Amino acid sequence: MSDSTLSSVVATEDQLLEGGWELVVGLEVHVELATKTKLFSGSPNRFGDEPNVNIDPVTLGLPGALPVLNKHAVELAMRIGAALNCTIQECIFHRKNYFYPDQPKAYQISQYDLPLNADGYLDLPSGTRIGIERAHMEEDTGKSTHVGGSTGRIHGSDYSLMDFNRAGVPLVEIVSRPDIRTSEHAKEYVAELRAILEVIGASDAKMEEGSMRVDANVSVHKLGTPFGTRCEIKNVNSIRALGRAIDYEARRQIDVIDSGGVIRQETRHWDDAEGRTHTLRTKEDADDYRYFPEPDLVTLSPSAEWIQSVRDNLPPLPAARRAMLKELTGYDTQSEAIIVAVERGQHEYVKAIADAGGDAVKALIYVTQAFAEAGANPAVPAKDIAALTILERDGKLSATQAKQVLADIVANGGGDAAAIAAAKGFEAMDTSAIEAMVDEAIAADPDAWAKYCAGEEKAAGAIVGKIMKASKGKADGKVVNAIMQARRG
Amino acid sequence: MSSIPTTASEIAAAIAAKEITAREVIDAHLARINARESDIHAFNKVMADEARAHADAIDADIAAGRPVGPLAGVPIALKDNMCTRGVETTCSSKILEGWKPPYDATVVTKLREAGAIVVGKTNLDEFAMGSSTENSAFGPTRNPLDIERVPGGSSGGSAAAVAAGFAPVSLGSDTGGSIRQPAAMCGVVGVKPTYGRVSRYGLVAYASSLDQIGPFATTVADAALITEAIAGHDVHDSTSIPQDVPSFVEAAGQGVKGMRIGRVTDLPEGAEPEVTARLNAAFAALEAAGAEIVDVQLPSLSYALTAYYLIAPAEASSNLARFDGVRFGLRVNAPDTNAMYGATRAAGFGDEVQRRIMLGTYALSAGYYDAYYGKALKVRRLIADDFNRAYEKVDVILTPTSPVVAFKFGEKVDDPMSMYLCDIYTIPTNLAGHPGMSVPFGTGAHGLPVGIQVLAPALGEVPMFRVGGALEAAAGGAQ
Repeated sequence: MSDSTLSSVVATEDQLLEGGWELVVGLEVHVELATKTKLFSGSPNRFGDEPNVNIDPVTLGLPGALPVLNKHAVELAMRIGAALNCTIQECIFHRKNYFYPDQPKAYQISQYDLPLNADGYLDLPSGTRIGIERAHMEEDTGKSTHVGGSTGRIHGSDYSLMDFNRAGVPLVEIVSRPDIRTSEHAKEYVAELRAILEVIGASDAKMEEGSMRVDANVSVHKLGTPFGTRCEIKNVNSIRALGRAIDYEARRQIDVIDSGGVIRQETRHWDDAEGRTHTLRTKEDADDYRYFPEPDLVTLSPSAEWIQSVRDNLPPLPAARRAMLKELTGYDTQSEAIIVAVERGQHEYVKAIADAGGDAVKALIYVTQAFAEAGANPAVPAKDIAALTILERDGKLSATQAKQVLADIVANGGGDAAAIAAAKGFEAMDTSAIEAMVDEAIAADPDAWAKYCAGEEKAAGAIVGKIMKASKGKADGKVVNAIMQARRG
Repeated sequence: MSSIPTTASEIAAAIAAKEITAREVIDAHLARINARESDIHAFNKVMADEARAHADAIDADIAAGRPVGPLAGVPIALKDNMCTRGVETTCSSKILEGWKPPYDATVVTKLREAGAIVVGKTNLDEFAMGSSTENSAFGPTRNPLDIERVPGGSSGGSAAAVAAGFAPVSLGSDTGGSIRQPAAMCGVVGVKPTYGRVSRYGLVAYASSLDQIGPFATTVADAALITEAIAGHDVHDSTSIPQDVPSFVEAAGQGVKGMRIGRVTDLPEGAEPEVTARLNAAFAALEAAGAEIVDVQLPSLSYALTAYYLIAPAEASSNLARFDGVRFGLRVNAPDTNAMYGATRAAGFGDEVQRRIMLGTYALSAGYYDAYYGKALKVRRLIADDFNRAYEKVDVILTPTSPVVAFKFGEKVDDPMSMYLCDIYTIPTNLAGHPGMSVPFGTGAHGLPVGIQVLAPALGEVPMFRVGGALEAAAGGAQ
């Protein structure tokens, strides 16, 4: 990745780091596929079980055992390729050879020079297009727990415990091009990728549970010069940590170069508690993986029909969902409400409320505020919410009243908004009654009125407060404001 | 006991007809094993108790009129690199000594379903690496025809078991000739089917892209019978071919009238003169039987040995990496994991296995891959192309199986290159993935048997067995 021909993206002036340095980041994201069984055997692919229960001769790499490719894993991997605008192609598997106790066969079945998915891209919500070099299939390793010693690593431990439940779980490694120029973009990339993976049902993509793991290749250079030597940052366990790790690493590299040093190509470990990276291994210690074509598997040639059906059956991606909400509400796709609704998968619910005759803007606000816990499918009929939005829009209920009715509907899993409002005594006040209240309030606080009339907008607060108190929240704030402005002349 | 037939098909027929019992058959074979096994050492493990119990169960089924499989009561010996559930599977290596697989190889399942009775696990060159069975960690197997001589290898135990009458049939595995060469040296029939014809699931891998399981038998018909029984697609082996299995037994009796038999004019030299003489006699016999002899060229054949000794060790270096002392088999304790790996593998693997692991590791290493492994793959394609061109003109190709007859112990074991040359005629067809068989055809030096090899294109077992059957018929008449 020191080859600057790999990326044509150039940082804008405001994206450059202090001193004119350009940050160059490429991300390698491993995701566990949400299959029922493992990539090459029938053992369950399940997180959180007792150690060493989801195993079989293939998983353990017993002598004589052979891998058989899981078709559903291929389907999910192809969905990822399709969602990331990749070419989905005929491909083969390779063996990546290295010894480690949690690698049962002492090789990992992976893909090398012919991956399933190649040459795609992901558009960040903020607009930048990040190239995807490849998204290939491979199997996960088992999990080691090193007991004794101080570092929690194999070196210096007393003994190690192996859990092979995870061994053979299907992974897709998504490798971006080094097109990322800020840590914010890196975070945005991972967040958007995670949203895509969830939407297409390929992975639950949980960084905390390790079903999504992010490694960052970080380098710095001055514009117009070749890319700098990169370091690979591992052990980044949250999106926030990713941003911190990249910022730290860029600073460290700049400091090294500024003080006359050179960056060594190496793998570095992010320590979230210390907020720094340190050397894990240098390029010189790197294994020679002796890749060669896996002779136990045949060429994977997904038919043109299969590829097309995967592309055709892809659900609307987060970007399309945001665009749909923008269309409905007029809000910006980058607005907090739209981002939150799409992240939670509540866009369809918002649309259902609008389709049921509701006010889309109010629906979006209600849903994001009242259904945080409910996720994609709030158990309240959309038409009930729709009716409430209309009552509020038409001034039959004040915002405060509507909020109380909404809470009631949510608590009861539905209900007739008008009936609930009536039961609460939330009859809409007619304008003449409000006018009388306004006049009363002005008479009660002439100082505030005078200030308001002199242009001090804040002074209105005291008068409005009095009206709301007197009306027990029934007066519509907008109507009150309109009357006050009319009185001021 | 004298009424026990010698072939698998006769035994199965006699048991089914209630002329003899499966128990009588097993006891007769166990008696022969008892009498000569200490001289021959064909087996790593004789499964006497299991075999008797299985025989009794079959007899009970027959007595009760329950249906039994087509091989019911036929004793069979298995090369000790095929997994047998709960029964030690060692590959004749210290690193696997005592390991009991939790599952059966697909071929074992198929044989059991057909009613065959496993009598034991046979000796081999450690992990099937060798041509004399001298590389076994548990001592060599001796050739039943002359116990001063090797039985060939690597499936020497399975070949010797059939030659000694310990079992009418056995299974071996053939990566570069490991069924056909010991068959030739022990004077029995040996078959390597098309790559993918027989499932490899449960065969401990030596070189995955070359390994194939096949039978030893005293007759071509028996070899055909067992090939049929073990062939067919297996969902556990991605490289197994989803193709129906035709009747090979029928083919073995069809004769060769009108067939075109290839004679390789540029065959690598080095065969003993008596061996070449038998090959010429074989051509004459087939011509007399109505076949046409056609000259073919296989110019890339001289590179086969070199390509094989890059590809096979390369795959082996990866396949054998799992023997790391972590999950099964031998573990030699050491202060840290890397030292444990080293100590375990140094103690567990013999010299030839270590030699090939090192060769293969080197061939795959960064900076050497293209020059060695990559080039070997190209040669492999050239060889397959050569064969395919030849098979446009002929139905099968005839060569000697081995350039030499069975040699004496120690004669070649310290000279790997001369040992490797034993497989010069058998290796090319493994590289092409094609089937091949060895049929005994008279004797050569010291009155020892000579095998003639019949090679055929992919899935060409039918023409192969036709020619094999005709050679057998001619050999019987000639002797």
